[in-house]
Amino acid sequence: MERVKKIKSGDVRTASRLIRNLEDGMDEARAMMKHIFPLTGHSHVIGITGSPGAGKSTLVDGLVESFRKKDKTVGVLAVDPTSPFTGGAILGDRIRMQRHAEDPGVFVRSLATRGALGGLAKAVGDAIHIMDVMGKDIVLVETVGTGQQEVDIINHSHTVIVVLIPGMGDEIQAIKAGILEIADIFVINKADREGSSKLRREIMAMLDMAPASAFPAGWRPPILKCDNAFEPVGFTKSLEEMSQTIENHYQHLVKHDLLGSRVHRKAAMELNEAIRCSVLDPVLSALAANGELERMVEQLMKKDTDPYTLAEEIARRYLKTAP
Amino acid sequence: MGEKKIRVMVAKPGLDGHDRGARVLSRCFRDAGFEVIYTGCHQTPEQIASAAIQEDVDVVGLSCLSGAHRYLFPAVAKLLKEQGAGDITVVGGGIIPEQDFKLLYDAGLKAIFVPGATLDGIVDWFKTNIKPRD
Ligand code: B12
Ligand SMILES: Nc1nc2c(ncn2[C@@H]2O[C@H](COP(=O)(O)OP(=O)(O)O)[C@@H](O)[C@H]2O)c(=O)[nH]1
Ligand SMILES: [Mg+2]
Repeated sequence: MERVKKIKSGDVRTASRLIRNLEDGMDEARAMMKHIFPLTGHSHVIGITGSPGAGKSTLVDGLVESFRKKDKTVGVLAVDPTSPFTGGAILGDRIRMQRHAEDPGVFVRSLATRGALGGLAKAVGDAIHIMDVMGKDIVLVETVGTGQQEVDIINHSHTVIVVLIPGMGDEIQAIKAGILEIADIFVINKADREGSSKLRREIMAMLDMAPASAFPAGWRPPILKCDNAFEPVGFTKSLEEMSQTIENHYQHLVKHDLLGSRVHRKAAMELNEAIRCSVLDPVLSALAANGELERMVEQLMKKDTDPYTLAEEIARRYLKTAP
Repeated sequence: MGEKKIRVMVAKPGLDGHDRGARVLSRCFRDAGFEVIYTGCHQTPEQIASAAIQEDVDVVGLSCLSGAHRYLFPAVAKLLKEQGAGDITVVGGGIIPEQDFKLLYDAGLKAIFVPGATLDGIVDWFKTNIKPRD
């Protein structure tokens, strides 16, 4: 496979095109992934989530800088939302990272959600694999940041960073709604603003209430404050601390044999997705193509039957093992 | 099989800070259903070419109102070719006197849009001339 070889050697053009073909759902690209998947397992994948405007992209840019200083190669996948009205998207995360554009050790690729819920794009999982096989030591994944349901990121990352900013009353609501569980590291960003100590206390209190089982092998998510991004000296120091904490977290996973559980989580999710894609999607498109799906909907509207009976009928038709 | 989307990069090379047009265009391309990567002001041709390749865009749209297009636009087109990405279409817009058109077309630009070009007209041109790759 010529293209797999190219990707292994770090060829950006080939890699980015494959990511694109995956985004566009091309069968040929899916077939390529069969050759990519076995080669994965090198990268440390770091997820960054937090509400829009929290400063995620600015942090990613700073982290890239600090990993580059340690001579690590970096891939960035930055996800922004697709407009549900037009299907178009403005992918603006890159603006904050352009100073790395010419560094061959950094590969930044923007993705649009294209209707995927959960804060990521459907192709993100495969895009991570591709950057992994390109040999990137670090892969940073920035989520959309719409808040509450944004938990998909844990399925893809070894380390999840939750970025919070002071002065937004609903931040803590978001934490309650599930972000707490996914954080390996909290970052209080824009700590130059009023309210950062209060926010810190609130997160502390929340962590104090969590059962010990919430902290795998004793990893209680540290709460880091990040200095103003516009004060280069303090900001750089904050980022050094952050990248060190990220490294510590990875070492913790390795030392306590927890890396496996993260990889397990990702593998289970990927299998789930792949089955859906290979089993459910073709059935649905076959039913849609011959008009049966529409006829069934009509039947339901008249209450001639119910969705459960119909689904069972379809299962009997398509699955050998259906009851 | 999903849908093949057009990916566009809107970039402002050089020191020109007139970004209103670039922002208006980014919005308008999004509304036309394209995926738009906007890289902001003050980009070198090298940054633009490299970003276009990393993002695998179909087209790079350069905007320049300062008068430096004669050097900057051809530089981007040349770098893309040198880096094996000559298939990425390059177009430009801004304050560009007609006598410079030939130089820019010769450098490989496929279209030039000046003040007064309607947004509908621009989108039409893109939809007709930019095909997402096969
Ligand atoms: C608004 C404006 C400003 C604003 C800019 C605000 C901003 N953030 O954008 C401010 C006041 C800051 C400004 C400052 C200056 N300006 Co001024 N400015 C203008 C003005 C009046 C309108 C520009 C504009 O926004 N048009 C609206 C947008 C939507 O149009 P557009 O960008 O031209 O885009 C259209 C087309 O050109 C085309 N297009 C453009 N780019 C692209 C790209 C692609 C891919 C495509 C497909 C199409 C396309 O499509 C668009 C739709 O039709 C123009 C005069 C004019 N009528 O053009 C002067 C003008 C551009 N400015 C000029 C000058 C000299 C300056 C200053 C140097 C003044 C000074 N001495 O300080 C500074 C420099 C600023 C800087 N840092 O670069 C001159 C440039 C002269 C030249 N090139 O020879 C102009 C032409 C005025 C003049 N007649 O002298 N300016
Ligand atoms: N005051 C302050 N503003 C910041 C800081 N970091 C980022 N910003 C600004 O916050 C805005 C959003 O930043 P961005 O990184 O794009 O956030 P994202 O949407 O979470 O990716 C930008 O205008 C940044 O300049 C910070 O430390 N302090
Ligand atoms: Mg962002």
